[in-house]
Amino acid sequence: MTKRQNRMVLVGLLIAGAILAVTLLLQALGSNTNYFYSPTEVAEGKAPTGKSFRLGGLVANGSVKRKDMTVNFDVTDNKNKFSIEYTGILPDLFREGQGIITTGSLVNGTFIATEVLAKHDENYMPPEVADALEKTKQSKQ
Amino acid sequence: MWKWIQAFASPQNFYRISEKLIPWFLYPFIVLTLVGLYWSLSASPADYQQGDSVRIMYVHVPAAWMSLLIYVVMAIAGAIGLIWQIKLANVVASVSAPIGAAFTFLALVTGAVWGKPMWGTWWVWDARLTSELILLFLYLAYMSLNNAFDNPKTATKASSVLAIVGLVNIPIIYYSVEWWNSLHQGSSVSVTKVSMQIDMFIALMLMSFAFKFLYGALVLMRGRDEVLVREQNSRWVKEIITGGQR
Repeated sequence: MTKRQNRMVLVGLLIAGAILAVTLLLQALGSNTNYFYSPTEVAEGKAPTGKSFRLGGLVANGSVKRKDMTVNFDVTDNKNKFSIEYTGILPDLFREGQGIITTGSLVNGTFIATEVLAKHDENYMPPEVADALEKTKQSKQ
Repeated sequence: MWKWIQAFASPQNFYRISEKLIPWFLYPFIVLTLVGLYWSLSASPADYQQGDSVRIMYVHVPAAWMSLLIYVVMAIAGAIGLIWQIKLANVVASVSAPIGAAFTFLALVTGAVWGKPMWGTWWVWDARLTSELILLFLYLAYMSLNNAFDNPKTATKASSVLAIVGLVNIPIIYYSVEWWNSLHQGSSVSVTKVSMQIDMFIALMLMSFAFKFLYGALVLMRGRDEVLVREQNSRWVKEIITGGQR
């Protein structure tokens, strides 16, 4: 082998080693790299419900009830849902049907939230287009 | 063929050609930026949910793309420098690092400014944000390592190895929003689909190409300086300095 081929093999080994190390690391971390758990994952007992954790899903339509600074609503992934209770200021994007991520813990079946973050999806469009989409959706139903 | 590549990529040849190439990057950058800014700030519509905050995206997304692209360029140039020992590749790698770090920083800052009103927080430790922050640290580590040795050959070798190892972070950043649950949304633009209104997409593309030309111009400009410093003892540099007289 020439010196150049030698160096080529070394660089190849370097890349392979780095990929292997990171793959093992991510395997070991497992679900800890997930920022939040879905309602179904919580229902299946995959979330650490003994302590504070993050729950993510859609705000169920017609579930938002406000009383003073306290808001009650349901978070759903269309399979399972949890009731949330939160006192504080909600982000601008919070509305029914919106994806949110909330931090808190389960107390007697109700998720007492300490923080609510709105999740934005990858769809970008002007209001007129959003209205038109909404209308076609309603006419189909 | 091999001899030809080596002659073409010689520092002297680069110095001569780059001078003529710079305007071909600089002027398209200026034109694309002006048109792009008009399209981003005026010609494209506000978003149905985000309102005018969507316009941050026209800087944020191109900057984030550049942060990944420049790292890949840097790592490949580093590998070429290591394996084939082409001096010019090492120059490209070392001048790219601060530019890449600047784009990464810009992506992180614009992301935070968008995140506060939209998500309700400046920063979260989700997979996308954390891996992009690691990318900034990789750039900074590369730059420090490149300056940490008295012997420039050792410095180049050490920093190139770091750049190649760090390459593993790039697919992690790109796929982080698919592999894990994250607060950051998925990609709006990929090879197969664009989930964005057409005027928004045009604004994004204009700014994206503007940034790419800016990177090209900056590499050439910084590369010329770097070549002169690295080749300061060679005859052709001395001839430039003395104006051909000896």
